[in-house]
Amino acid sequence: MDASIMDWQPIWITLKLAATTVSVLLLIGTPVAWWLAHTPSRARVWVEAVVALPLVLPPTVLGFYLLIALGANGVIGGPFQSMTGASLAFSFAGLVIASTLYSFPFVVQPLQGAFEASGKTYLEAAWSLRASKWDAFLSVASPMAVRGYLTAIVLGFAHTLGEFGVVLMVGGNIPGKTKVVSIAIYDHVESLEYSQAHWLSGGLLLFSFAVLVMVYAFNRRLPVHVS
Amino acid sequence: MSTIQSRFRVQYQQFLLDTELEFPDEGVTVVFGRSGSGKTTFLRCLAGLERSPTGYLKFGDHVWQDASHNLFVPVHHRPIGMVFQEARLFPHLTVRDNLNYGYRRIAPEHRKITFNQVADLMDLHPLLDRRPQKLSGGEQQRVAIGRALLTSPQLLLMDEPLANLDAQRKQDILPFLIRLRREMKLPIVYVTHSLGEVLQLVDTLILLQEGKSVASGSASEVLSRLDLAGKTGPSTLGSVLTTTVADHESEYGLTRVQYRDQSLYIPEQPLAVGSSLRVHLLAQDISITLGKPETPTSVLNRLPATVLEIGPTDSRGSSVNLKLDVGEPILATITRKSLAHLKLKPGMQVYATVKAVRMVHEIEEY
Repeated sequence: MDASIMDWQPIWITLKLAATTVSVLLLIGTPVAWWLAHTPSRARVWVEAVVALPLVLPPTVLGFYLLIALGANGVIGGPFQSMTGASLAFSFAGLVIASTLYSFPFVVQPLQGAFEASGKTYLEAAWSLRASKWDAFLSVASPMAVRGYLTAIVLGFAHTLGEFGVVLMVGGNIPGKTKVVSIAIYDHVESLEYSQAHWLSGGLLLFSFAVLVMVYAFNRRLPVHVS
Repeated sequence: MSTIQSRFRVQYQQFLLDTELEFPDEGVTVVFGRSGSGKTTFLRCLAGLERSPTGYLKFGDHVWQDASHNLFVPVHHRPIGMVFQEARLFPHLTVRDNLNYGYRRIAPEHRKITFNQVADLMDLHPLLDRRPQKLSGGEQQRVAIGRALLTSPQLLLMDEPLANLDAQRKQDILPFLIRLRREMKLPIVYVTHSLGEVLQLVDTLILLQEGKSVASGSASEVLSRLDLAGKTGPSTLGSVLTTTVADHESEYGLTRVQYRDQSLYIPEQPLAVGSSLRVHLLAQDISITLGKPETPTSVLNRLPATVLEIGPTDSRGSSVNLKLDVGEPILATITRKSLAHLKLKPGMQVYATVKAVRMVHEIEEY
């Protein structure tokens, strides 16, 4: 087989989408996970349920509501369009928003678990050693949650690579803009281009497997074990 | 004298801490109580880890909390060192980095103790490059104490630092605590449910029961209060004397210690003349005689005493507690029959015969 028939554009878009999504998720997911791990508030169960929704909803349901919200008259898409003049639906930015929501639990849950495992006890020790709350978060809670972060990054990344339904509904299938690998494979199969489908599928399979092996190997060697 | 003034009221579902206490900001203040007495909550209020909504706390000249002025100095701005029951060493850092954690966070001009001084004091040099998980419980606590000391605290708070250690480890750590008390001019508030382990250290004693303070004052005063007899546990009923080593009589295997103008003989101690030693006179080891001091006797330790107070007699029990003045107040437990036979009354001059003087570290757990 000839590697030149390999479709590089969807691969590039997919990696860019996954990397952007994971970055956004870490920024938003960390405070949410921290709040969930430490709050005594009764609102906690409601927030936890909302965070977990993408795990149980069919991607098409999420995609449908997102399409409406991101559309020119939607609650997000409307203001965005009037400010920037660009449309969110069927754009890369729209895809990032959709992926962020779709992969939210995969980042928040491992982080929440890690923060809960180390608990407040070490933070109290840090405060008593003159560390401010922010300092204690950075110098104690975060390094102790390193496994949680690793799991969150890998799961968030992998889950974004693997999404199909939401991307199809929100992003459409615009080559060079929103056409990601999973959709490219679908297109190839539809048009019976099995050899291209093989290349992309095999590549994704090997890549995912290699990443997971690396993570598990690395995870074992981490010094911090918090139970 | 400068003091720590505190007033805390903390309410949980089944529990209320409600204390108003003033105690010296020097020496070792032991807060004693059974589990659920609120002693840990009290300590956490001092640290600022717990916030009593109506609380007040003044350390020397500095107000750390005053609810009426909405003032609350957060934990990391209080010059305290805290040692928890579980050492709480950071698992992602080596012993050295744990020790440096607080040290790096204080301004160099506020550092009153160096890394090496602390490592020497707590004997930490062999442990520095190890991970906390690889240390024994006693080693972990030594590191935790050292880590707290390296913030050059003005007040050291210790929450049952020995509670999770077995008897042997306790004996390993105690000398370090004694050294700490002796060598650092650092006030310590020490919370415990086991008085025996800290009799060597205690200067001021606070007794908490069900969230309330039932007694506070100098340790020898509180321990010899008849109305508290039994509240501190049987092994502590009696009193603690701070003595000075006077001389050794090696041919008899004895050491003579002095307090005020009295002498006591104890088994020979490997201590230099002039060093200070706490001894514990258990109430059950003290008996009373009326005879003249010239009467030959095999008893070495006989102290002239005045009967101060006679405790309540329980018609079901056979014994009664007396409070005697031997220069310091001490307690003696005798039988009710002896009390009647000797016709003891407050104010009477008697002799207290000490059957055994215990070194404080010999006291067993009860």
